[in-house]
Amino acid sequence: MEKADWKQRWGGLFFVAPFLLLFVVFMLWPVISGFWNSFFNTSLAGVKHEFLGLQNWRDLFGDPAVWSSLKNTLVFTAMSTPPLVIVALVMALLANRKGLLGWLLRFSYFAPFVLPATVVTLIWVWIYQPGFGLVNGLLTAGGFAEIDWLNTDNRAMLAVVITTVWWTVGFNFLLYLAALQGIPEQVYEAARIDGANGLQQLFRITLPLLSRTTGLIAVLQLVASLKIFDQIYLMTNGGPNYATRPIIQYIYESGFTSYRIGYASAISYLFFAIIVIVAVAQFKLFSGRGESA
Amino acid sequence: MPPYSPGRRAVLGGLLGAFALTGCGTLRGKPKVREWNLFGGGDGARLLQIHQQYVAEHPDVAFQAHTLAWGPPFYTKLAMSAAGGRAPEVATMHMSRIKGFSPTTMLDPIPVELLNAAGIQQSDFLPATWDRCVVDGKLYAVPLDQHPFVLYYNTEICKKAGLLGPDGKIKPVKGVTAFLDMLRAVKSVTGKYAVSVDTTSPWRLWYTLYGQLEGKFFNEDSTQLVLDDAKALEALDLIAKLASEGLTPRSANYAALVAQFSNGDAGMSFNGEWEVTTYQTAKLPFSMAPFPVVYDVPKFQGDSHTFVLPHQSHRNADDTKATIEYIAWMLKHSAEWAAGGHIPAYQPVVKSTEYLNLKPQAEYRSVAPNVLYDPDAWFSGSGAQLENEAAAAFSGIASGQATPKAALAQFKAATQKLLDTPSPV
Repeated sequence: MEKADWKQRWGGLFFVAPFLLLFVVFMLWPVISGFWNSFFNTSLAGVKHEFLGLQNWRDLFGDPAVWSSLKNTLVFTAMSTPPLVIVALVMALLANRKGLLGWLLRFSYFAPFVLPATVVTLIWVWIYQPGFGLVNGLLTAGGFAEIDWLNTDNRAMLAVVITTVWWTVGFNFLLYLAALQGIPEQVYEAARIDGANGLQQLFRITLPLLSRTTGLIAVLQLVASLKIFDQIYLMTNGGPNYATRPIIQYIYESGFTSYRIGYASAISYLFFAIIVIVAVAQFKLFSGRGESA
Repeated sequence: MPPYSPGRRAVLGGLLGAFALTGCGTLRGKPKVREWNLFGGGDGARLLQIHQQYVAEHPDVAFQAHTLAWGPPFYTKLAMSAAGGRAPEVATMHMSRIKGFSPTTMLDPIPVELLNAAGIQQSDFLPATWDRCVVDGKLYAVPLDQHPFVLYYNTEICKKAGLLGPDGKIKPVKGVTAFLDMLRAVKSVTGKYAVSVDTTSPWRLWYTLYGQLEGKFFNEDSTQLVLDDAKALEALDLIAKLASEGLTPRSANYAALVAQFSNGDAGMSFNGEWEVTTYQTAKLPFSMAPFPVVYDVPKFQGDSHTFVLPHQSHRNADDTKATIEYIAWMLKHSAEWAAGGHIPAYQPVVKSTEYLNLKPQAEYRSVAPNVLYDPDAWFSGSGAQLENEAAAAFSGIASGQATPKAALAQFKAATQKLLDTPSPV
């Protein structure tokens, strides 16, 4: 009897054991050891390993590069999240139709998302080039002055945001499209019978019914934008003059270019805390709104 | 009942043992040489060809070569494998990175007697090159080549600009005025730029000019920054002037630099010599020459690829012998390597007719003794943090976003911060 009880309680453990093992080895252990390392001057070169106490953490708060790269990350997130949600929604509304046009829109909206970062950045770096790039070619043809997109402080981040939206909006688009297709046709039918026009249907039916999806997309997008690294590293390498360097690149440079794993761990924990706070706050905000709608 | 029925554990154990034995057996059958390199460009394609020949001539060696991404990714992986004591037998490394790589802990010394036995002597190299490979009296690297900052010129454009001598080669210029006159003549022909150069990362250009002014960087033991502000500014001012006159683009990254020289927007290019293959493939009418002596002394920023033995906890004598023989073989075949642009470090090849007949690769070989290496520090060298800081500070000069003075102040502060950081190696 007791044995059966034990089986019922713990039997499931065996089924999740493979996952649990991977989780512990590749997730839990690195998280713990990273935190542990942040109190040492651990070097990638594996030479010295002295206990520093809170020294790395003190250094971090006095390091302007940490704060400027954190600011860049937040600026990127603030600039990229709204268009990535709104453009995705508009695209989904446009593509949510049957026939060849719907298929063509769905295909072309989602296509960039499947490209790897290296390909995307290669294409866009050429598009942005002064002298022979596509964008500047159009600008000069239209009688405007050339813009040095990737090498001017205040333009480089915008250029990266545009590229990112073009590249990644397809995923949010797909989530919206699925949600749109989940709204029963009868609701619209009833609204039409009551005399609601297209705009009224959009604002009174479609958008409210999509609010849970919007909340999900916003949280996912916010976290994804905060983790920005690859396209910036490949397009500007954080330049010009670190104007686009995100915090993850600074963590990478500290840990892997400068071999200071302990210090990089401390910065990544600061960043980890920020992501958790933002995600929790966001989720609370949006899940509340979802219920009231 | 059968006399013996093996249990599950016995079977598993036996299998494991058998695998281990056969594994060892095949590995020890041939000496193994695993090589890691960072040549992903035109020189990488050439390295593959040379390796194919090596493999064909050495069926008795288990040889494997791996090309990893240039710069920080390569050095990160090399450092981690060496720190763990499970590195490949041999790897390429920039000479400027050797001292910053903690040679005594992460590299194994080169057994000079094996090198001699393979037919390579100290006297086969320029003394300055060899000496930089020696740390605490031990040899930690074998130089393969040198790659200086050079001048590429489009022969058709420069001929129209009247810059070529009767032999069809560019007439050497000396001094700032002559240098500027030359560039203005090129610009008048192209109608666009005179020179294509990487303005987003002007370290090579600046360090060359600063070196030609005989500027110092660190004190003797690399603990203090002793930059000469006046000289540093003179070099930065010249970079600003080139851009403001439109002789160089205000903004060009590496890809744009190559494109602008290829499509004739610029009649000259300042760059490392490794793009030879690119321009040859593009069938461009071009040649190469040493970078002009703009200031007082001939100095040219550059570096050198070397072979190192990254640290292994259990180094096998047979493997090491085969590895040293591989290095010696590569040096003796470095004329093929030189076709990709690099100046061989191995002097018997430099004197060979095979190398001397390589055009334009042999045109700038005279600069070899005057190659200026990056300053010695753990954060310095090709692809290391110091070059990044220089790129960040100096990229605004050509684009007009920063004054030379402000850029220099920023660069000095960044370098000082790196100096103040305890070395992690």
